[in-house]
Amino acid sequence: MKLLVTFSRKGGHEPVIARTVKETGVLINVERAHIDSHAGEVLIDVPEESAEQVCRSMREAGANVKVLEDAVIRDQNECIDCGACVSVCPQDVFAFDEDWHLQLHGERCVLCGKCVVACPHNALSILE
Amino acid sequence: MKKSIDLINERIRDGNARVVSAEEMPDIVQELGEEGALMEVDVVTTGTFGAMCSSGAFFNFGHADPPIRMERIWLNDVEAYAGIAAVDAYLGAASDSDTQGMEYGGAHVLEDLVAGNPVELRAISRGTDCYPRKTITTELYLEDLNHAIMCNPRNAFQRYAAATNTSDRTLHTYMGTLLPHAGNISFSGAGTLSPLANDPHMRVIGSGVPIFLCGARGMVVGEGTQASPGSGFGNLMTTGDMKEMSQDFLRAATFTGYGATLYVGVGIPLPVVDIGVVRSTAVRDEDISTPIVDYGIPRRDRPTLRTVTYADLKRGTIEIDGEEIRTSSLSSYRKAREVAEELKKWIETGQMVLSMPTRTIDAGRTVHPIRETALAPRVKEIMDKNVVSIAEDEEIRTAARNLLRGETNHLPVLNGEGKLVGIVTTYDISKAVVRPDSGPRVRDIMTRKVIKTTPDEPVDIAAQKLERHNISALPVVDDTDRLLGMLTAIDLGKLFGGRWRR
Ligand code: SF4
Ligand code: SF4
Repeated sequence: MKLLVTFSRKGGHEPVIARTVKETGVLINVERAHIDSHAGEVLIDVPEESAEQVCRSMREAGANVKVLEDAVIRDQNECIDCGACVSVCPQDVFAFDEDWHLQLHGERCVLCGKCVVACPHNALSILE
Repeated sequence: MKKSIDLINERIRDGNARVVSAEEMPDIVQELGEEGALMEVDVVTTGTFGAMCSSGAFFNFGHADPPIRMERIWLNDVEAYAGIAAVDAYLGAASDSDTQGMEYGGAHVLEDLVAGNPVELRAISRGTDCYPRKTITTELYLEDLNHAIMCNPRNAFQRYAAATNTSDRTLHTYMGTLLPHAGNISFSGAGTLSPLANDPHMRVIGSGVPIFLCGARGMVVGEGTQASPGSGFGNLMTTGDMKEMSQDFLRAATFTGYGATLYVGVGIPLPVVDIGVVRSTAVRDEDISTPIVDYGIPRRDRPTLRTVTYADLKRGTIEIDGEEIRTSSLSSYRKAREVAEELKKWIETGQMVLSMPTRTIDAGRTVHPIRETALAPRVKEIMDKNVVSIAEDEEIRTAARNLLRGETNHLPVLNGEGKLVGIVTTYDISKAVVRPDSGPRVRDIMTRKVIKTTPDEPVDIAAQKLERHNISALPVVDDTDRLLGMLTAIDLGKLFGGRWRR
């Protein structure tokens, strides 16, 4: 399960991820990270069954945690099932079913944004 | 055996015509044989739904009081062509908005009208004795227009070349996002359902033939502009009444970095009058091949990496040089099917009868490139041949002296064989002075990844390199990396009278 963790580093440099790993013993897979001197945003992947525990621990450390179920959002009214998004996604999120309807596996999304730029119909958006 | 168009129309009127889609036809022919299929099937419907930039509509707005001769016209800030009488315009799908750029274009105005949204008309005029008024601004709905006639100069290409990109940066093109290092392949067209792929010799498609156009009962005007059926790239000029159209089959789109375009749904019913039509409509995806072209080469004649069929493209991956590359369709096959099915319904219920072309299209015609009376300038015409260079094992101090002597900011660096191996700028030298521990030789401080050009490269492409990499000079080399000259922003400025100076 993917979690988007954001934290401010103003009140000292609490090592949120390291602390959580140590406290919970859960292996955390970091898929993307943007951290500068005053704030951080990290996308992590954790096993489904430990998600709750990880969320709790991180929140205690002062981080803001969002569960990403629909990381990439498709506007069904705009999507025409062309498939322009299919080959640009590094995570194989998009595929056609046998009737040429686009299927999404949003849980694989790492929020890179490539599909948003590639969609000619402005049908895709990702969580900010 | 032959079947007359009158017999087919009689069956349609009686509700007895056997109508199948072009996707179903190949199996029917296989099962019944050609003669059997000719007896059994009366009409084959085709369909495609994809980006067709060369689309647009003629409008007649009606006269205002006092009257105005509209000389320039904007619809939601997208300029339309007004050089056709007083209150008329042609709006092209690909023109961009003055205020929102390519995010909103002619295509979006067309979709807004069809969707029932109001559109702002703004027009200006110099004023004449018969048309005294100088400006008008008003809000219009589609139903307010006297006429809104879609007329698309080129639609429904028989097939489209597929695209990939071997360069090292992402390209944003009319073939969508092309990832670097041949990271993906994009293609367009409905393959087995494509109208012209089912009649490549233009035997039953031609002027006056009724069609499905964006949900309206439209018509083929004739051969489309740039049609090249002789080389397998035929297309059609089409027309239809916008007031009958539906947003389900007409959608505006924007290709990032390229511009606005219109997704158009086109379907053509093909009367099965003889064995020739049976044969051509038995075409499958496997039978329609198209080249994969490398858009990484910014020239007209782009190299073909492989020729594949639509069956390969639709499968999702294509192998090039031992690597599996994913494909993306830009047109919608689901919608193409919807078009063919809708058309089938129309014919089965007698809402559309067919006709043979009133004028046929020459299926052998090919097009050629523009005649250029002056060749686009090449790098060799303006490059500076008196170049001061330096050897890689010289001292940095010598490089500094050469830079001063050459009155330049760039010093190409050569190896023992006289080949270009790097470049040194005044900035690199300054850095070396401040941080002397980097090493005493030119090779210690030079930039090794040199952006370069060749003498025969068009100047426009060299200029793009300068802009993209934010640099001001390019070494000019031959095939073996031997230095021939330098091209600088100043050389470009001389040629274009300042056009390229930034
Ligand atoms: S590119 Fe956009 S319109 Fe096309 S299938 Fe993907 S989401 Fe739908
Ligand atoms: S944001 Fe990136 S990873 Fe997520 S669906 Fe789009 S292309 Fe795939």
